[in-house]
Amino acid sequence: MKVLRRGDQGDPAPAEPDPRPAGPPPATPADRRRHRRSRADIRYSPYAFVAPFFVLFGVFGLFPMVYTAYISMHDWELIGGNLGYVGFANYAFLFTDPKFYNALLNTVGIFMLAVVPQLVLALAVADFLNRRMRFGGLFRVLVILPYVTSVAAIAIVFGQLFGSEYGLINYVLSWGGLDPVGWREGRLTSWAAISVMIDWRWVGYNALIYLAAMQAVPKDMYEAAAIDGASRLRQFWQITIPLLRPTVIFTVIMSTIGQMQLFTEPVLFGGNYQGGSQGQYQTIAMLMFDEGFRYGDYGYGAAVAWVLFVIIVLFSLLNILITSRIKSA
Amino acid sequence: MVTAIGAGPEVPAAPPRGPRNGSRVRRAAGLRDASPLTYGALIVAGVLSVFPLYWMFIVATRGNEVVAMRPPPVLPGSGFGENTARLFDNQAANFTTGLINSAIASTIVAFSVVFFCSLAGFALAKLPFRGRNAITIGVIGTMMVPVQMGVIPLLIMMESFGWRGDIKAVIVPFLVSGFGVFMMRQYAQSAVPTELIEAARVDGCSTFRIYLSVVLPALRPAMVVLGLLTFMTMWNEFIWPLAVLNPDNPTVQFSINQLNQAYSRDYALMFTGATFSTLPLLIVFVFFGRRLIGGIMEGAVKA
Repeated sequence: MKVLRRGDQGDPAPAEPDPRPAGPPPATPADRRRHRRSRADIRYSPYAFVAPFFVLFGVFGLFPMVYTAYISMHDWELIGGNLGYVGFANYAFLFTDPKFYNALLNTVGIFMLAVVPQLVLALAVADFLNRRMRFGGLFRVLVILPYVTSVAAIAIVFGQLFGSEYGLINYVLSWGGLDPVGWREGRLTSWAAISVMIDWRWVGYNALIYLAAMQAVPKDMYEAAAIDGASRLRQFWQITIPLLRPTVIFTVIMSTIGQMQLFTEPVLFGGNYQGGSQGQYQTIAMLMFDEGFRYGDYGYGAAVAWVLFVIIVLFSLLNILITSRIKSA
Repeated sequence: MVTAIGAGPEVPAAPPRGPRNGSRVRRAAGLRDASPLTYGALIVAGVLSVFPLYWMFIVATRGNEVVAMRPPPVLPGSGFGENTARLFDNQAANFTTGLINSAIASTIVAFSVVFFCSLAGFALAKLPFRGRNAITIGVIGTMMVPVQMGVIPLLIMMESFGWRGDIKAVIVPFLVSGFGVFMMRQYAQSAVPTELIEAARVDGCSTFRIYLSVVLPALRPAMVVLGLLTFMTMWNEFIWPLAVLNPDNPTVQFSINQLNQAYSRDYALMFTGATFSTLPLLIVFVFFGRRLIGGIMEGAVKA
């Protein structure tokens, strides 16, 4: 194996002609210096290796989080800057702001509407892929293809497909004698259209993750169940699904974190940050962007961002709690 | 970052698939044979996967009139060259600059994430030091912090650096990722043999030398996958470029948003832009697709 190049025993690296002996302490001053240097290397290198991550994360991840909290306690404008401390006034306003509750409802609603079909479809696709078949590799490529696309590009294409006048989806519905749907007008219809974009992109990705977990299920469990006379469907519900539960919960946590910040799809669906004439699909991230940058109210935008962060953490903790509950059960 | 590979920790690694012939083995493997229904369902899934991309290409090769045509055209037209010329001439979109900026930013971020995360992942997986467990938990905790939510302070910071409107401002906040460190750590635990590290130490290698000569070759497959995932995520980054850049110096997603916000919708132009913004990812997929699929599935079992 190639891995053995330098570290291979009995083949000292040419760059270091005097390999340090592992046994007795070094005698000459030069040896002692080298020994000290290598001890320092062993002791401090690990910290040096993790330091870049923490420094960069601290500056561009953690500090902005803390700074957001600071800004949210001030009257802070895009033009004019910091106009003074206001305590929790921005938060007090937020909890009486109908636009915030509207955005919260939209964000959670789109998440719910997207996540359930996503899960069911991904499990079904994974189960189909988990069979002996021809072209299995090709089908895997096809289902992961949507994941390997540009989100904005796809949002534009779906935006046109969901057009009320010339959209192909309404055209297909007309075959069944259905009236054209104004997808952008209603709350549920716009949520459905956005959920379709999200699920189109993520079903295949999740299916591959579930497929890997399915392949890891010990095969003798199925054999034993089959000997006991359990049907295929029964095996799926009583063996596959319970063993896949940690995987499913993990993917749900990840899509929670992602979708609570939903922004690109609804912005391109509507062509602005208001999310429709009545804000029927304005998400929390869009509200933050709208308040912070279009209206230039940094203080309020920061308060929205912090509340969103707290919501994400709460959702994640809830999921982790459920996961550990299931594990111990 | 939204992308993630992972699963419950107790799932054991997938055993190698049995040989393809031999019905006894097939039974033992517990795999059902695909029925016509299976093929039918997967073909439908495949068609649904491809259709939006195909429709994107059809409109991009024709004029605006196709969106109103009934029945819609099923074959590409001959207008792709003309649409492309109009796209790259469009003043509002600055598409050429957008493509170049996105390529630069995504490449730099991918290499940086792979380097720093493999370094930290190696240390957390293989080097003994005080506070290692606490630091590992800290890394996992950072995955919960949404960088995108810090756009307001980040913008104030970038303004004070004088980087507003500069592509540097898009790059620096994404140079590391907690997810990447975690993925590298999981992979290094099993892929990097501890004896090899010890042997290299006896030979007098410094720790960084061990990283270069022992760890890098062993981690290479996972690094390729992390690099691809990072490139794609960065290519799709939208909210932060929108906040910090301006229409004169956009990323490709920003350019598309410009086309989308124009007063009269020029679908041929928008779809041509969409095609060009998807093409680089599809090209990468053609070369690394199998690796990516393997990486997503392997990551699901390892993490």
